[in-house]
Amino acid sequence: MTAEFDGQPGQGGSVSETIFSHMYSNGLVLVAEPMRSVQSAAFTFLVPAGCANEPANRGGLSGFLCEMALRGAGSRDNRQLILDLDNLGVERAEAVYDSHTGFGGVTVAESLFPTLAIYADILRRPHLPDEHLEASRLIMLQELQAVEDEPAQKAMIELRRRHYPPPWGRPSLGDRTAVEETTLGDIQAHFAQNYRAEGTILGVAGRFDWDALKEKIGELLGDWPAGSAAALPKIGNGALPGHLPHDSQQTQIGIAYPNVPYRDDAYFESWAAVGVLSGGMSARLFTEVRERRGLCYAIYAVCHSLRERGGVFCYAGTSADRAQETLDVTLAELVRLREGIEPHELDRLKARMKSTLIMQQESTSSRSTSIARDWHHLGRVRTLDEVGRRIDALTCQSVNTYLEANPPRGFTVVTLGPRPLEVPVEVS
Amino acid sequence: MKFLSHTLENGLEIVAECNGEAYSTALGFFVRTGSRDETEAVAGVSHFLEHMAFKGTATRGADDVNREFDEIGAHYNAYTSEEHTVFYAAVLPEYADRAVELLADLLRPALRVEDFETEKQVILEEIHMYEDAPPFGADDKCKAAYFGDHPLAGSVLGTAQSITRLDPEAMREYFLRRYRPGNVVLAGAGQIDFDALVAASQRVAGDWEPAPTQRAHREARPRNGFTALRKESASQQYAVAIGPGPSVQDDDRFAAKLLATILGDDSGSRLYWELIEPGLAEQASLSHSEYEDAGAMMTYLCCDPESAADNLRRVRDLLVQAETDGITAEELQQAKNKVSSRVVLSSERPRGRLFTVGNDWLGRREYRSVQDDLDTVTALTVDQVNAVCARYPLSRRTIVTIGPKANVVVGE
Repeated sequence: MTAEFDGQPGQGGSVSETIFSHMYSNGLVLVAEPMRSVQSAAFTFLVPAGCANEPANRGGLSGFLCEMALRGAGSRDNRQLILDLDNLGVERAEAVYDSHTGFGGVTVAESLFPTLAIYADILRRPHLPDEHLEASRLIMLQELQAVEDEPAQKAMIELRRRHYPPPWGRPSLGDRTAVEETTLGDIQAHFAQNYRAEGTILGVAGRFDWDALKEKIGELLGDWPAGSAAALPKIGNGALPGHLPHDSQQTQIGIAYPNVPYRDDAYFESWAAVGVLSGGMSARLFTEVRERRGLCYAIYAVCHSLRERGGVFCYAGTSADRAQETLDVTLAELVRLREGIEPHELDRLKARMKSTLIMQQESTSSRSTSIARDWHHLGRVRTLDEVGRRIDALTCQSVNTYLEANPPRGFTVVTLGPRPLEVPVEVS
Repeated sequence: MKFLSHTLENGLEIVAECNGEAYSTALGFFVRTGSRDETEAVAGVSHFLEHMAFKGTATRGADDVNREFDEIGAHYNAYTSEEHTVFYAAVLPEYADRAVELLADLLRPALRVEDFETEKQVILEEIHMYEDAPPFGADDKCKAAYFGDHPLAGSVLGTAQSITRLDPEAMREYFLRRYRPGNVVLAGAGQIDFDALVAASQRVAGDWEPAPTQRAHREARPRNGFTALRKESASQQYAVAIGPGPSVQDDDRFAAKLLATILGDDSGSRLYWELIEPGLAEQASLSHSEYEDAGAMMTYLCCDPESAADNLRRVRDLLVQAETDGITAEELQQAKNKVSSRVVLSSERPRGRLFTVGNDWLGRREYRSVQDDLDTVTALTVDQVNAVCARYPLSRRTIVTIGPKANVVVGE
């Protein structure tokens, strides 16, 4: 069974419109975007092994497996694997998301195929060596311990856990007990169940030949067994209290509220509303909280999206004695959004987005990640041109209509610092 | 790809690497001023001034600056280091003139007293933020201990105390002394019409009044030492170490970068195999920083407090071994492949090239193309790298460790 739906090259224009895609008979999806005047090619594998897929008592297992998978695969032992990737000049990065493990990298275009061949080994034939289990465990534990010293990160991890219903907000690093108790058998089982063709998306962007790429991936991964997804684990929330005591000068403030997911028709309206809050230094949060009042150094709000649900995540860090005022002013700005946005705010946002879209064509790694994630969310890829048209079509009225129907509310607040703050009852 | 330069009558230099293939234009005013140009009484003023630049001119309010940058969709920001203060923006080519105008205005700030007091709070928050996060000030303390009475010893942020007592007059005096056209380079990279860039610069900065500026250069007299600081609330133990390295003027800097890659890159280096891969440390790295009259090889370590002393011994032994036995041809080739790839990747975007072009000009009045850097890296030999290792002994270092353990004993 072969599903063919190769994309159509576009008609040109200010931004790229060409996206190629191919689904192999085992369900693996390859999406690719050629980019002119670049020397590099970037790739992003999204493998369906995310935090949400981990057994209830094995938080962190996807990260543990990812760490082990890089310790030797195919004909290479752990040293040879790293050495060969280094010699190919690959800048690599791995990350565990809610529903995937991401293996990404970028390198000069000539090295793309030999690099992908190594990754085919990592995904299909990792040694998962017993003698590396304890070293990998130590790495996981070191990372968990290091986060204890990163107050902003720690607060936002907890915010996410409380905002999304389980298992969606689970922290990718897991928890100490789970990591300590993880066995090689757990890792092998997680690999066998979740590293599979069906549900894996490979995004490639940069300088490459589409036909050759499609054929190469067919050779490397075309006979990778499809596999099947297991039911998601049933777990409790496991969230910590809303205030985490921390011996620090500053208090970290995290605020989240529900938002439509990326695939929703109204996503661009919701994105624009958050842009008015936090897109650029003239946006409301930066202006009101930092520039006018000098309450903090860092403040932002961003849209985050899972496939079926989304959230707006907002952060501010400030001295403990000014934290209450910072929380109050920030919440007031979130609530004020319900009153609507102004035309000049939308105009600035559009100008920013236009340059962002055009500049994205100068970064192969940002494109390879975007197109792979698009496929996950939409089952297709939005070209930069389409995104541009959707943003052009935004009006104040469309954004304000959205905000009337979906005013920011249902806030989850997490604070971390020496003292808890008071969250006004009417907004909590 | 074409490099062009021009100097305005008042001394402001304009340099640009023009790439007709690029989608965007990156522009930046590079001011030769930073923490090394401060007296102790005004420690942190360069960085504070960088913030104040965004608060408007005599004719433009604080809100206007950010609003106008956002109106042209600019990706813009600024940073301050020991030696430079840089204001930069990446824009679509049609907005290049407007970006030059807005950036130039940043360099002529009003420095209003009420803005000064508000922004002072923001700076203090930034200081607190760094004090609350790893390595909890150990980096500044190590630099101070290593450089001693050298101008590079000072903190870029300053301290809560120095910022609190700073007044607008002192900032004005510093501004007038340092922000002179002869002390500024306007650099560009990407899609650039150079004649238009020069014309725009003349229009917005041609009347800046020149005056001589000076910077004191001094040979660094590096110190060795070991300090253990206690921070009970920390979970991990951190260590920062600084030793000597080639300066920005020194051709040895390329070999130093390869040496740092071989010994302390985040993947596949000796420190990686010794400490990261076995899970003994969360981070362990070695990097090279270059300044006008000094260089620094900096080691960074983050690990479980219980294994800190043992890990520090391992780092020391590894550095001593590199000094004694040198590196291998295979290691050098691996480092060359990595570094060459990074040079290519980081130069794909105009905003990546901007900083290389601007810093090369500020540091050496030199333009180097991507190919120049690749050729230099390719030609380096094992002997050259080993010679640098011998010239700048890695094991002669100042170490500061901070964390829950105060009694980290490394021994001889």
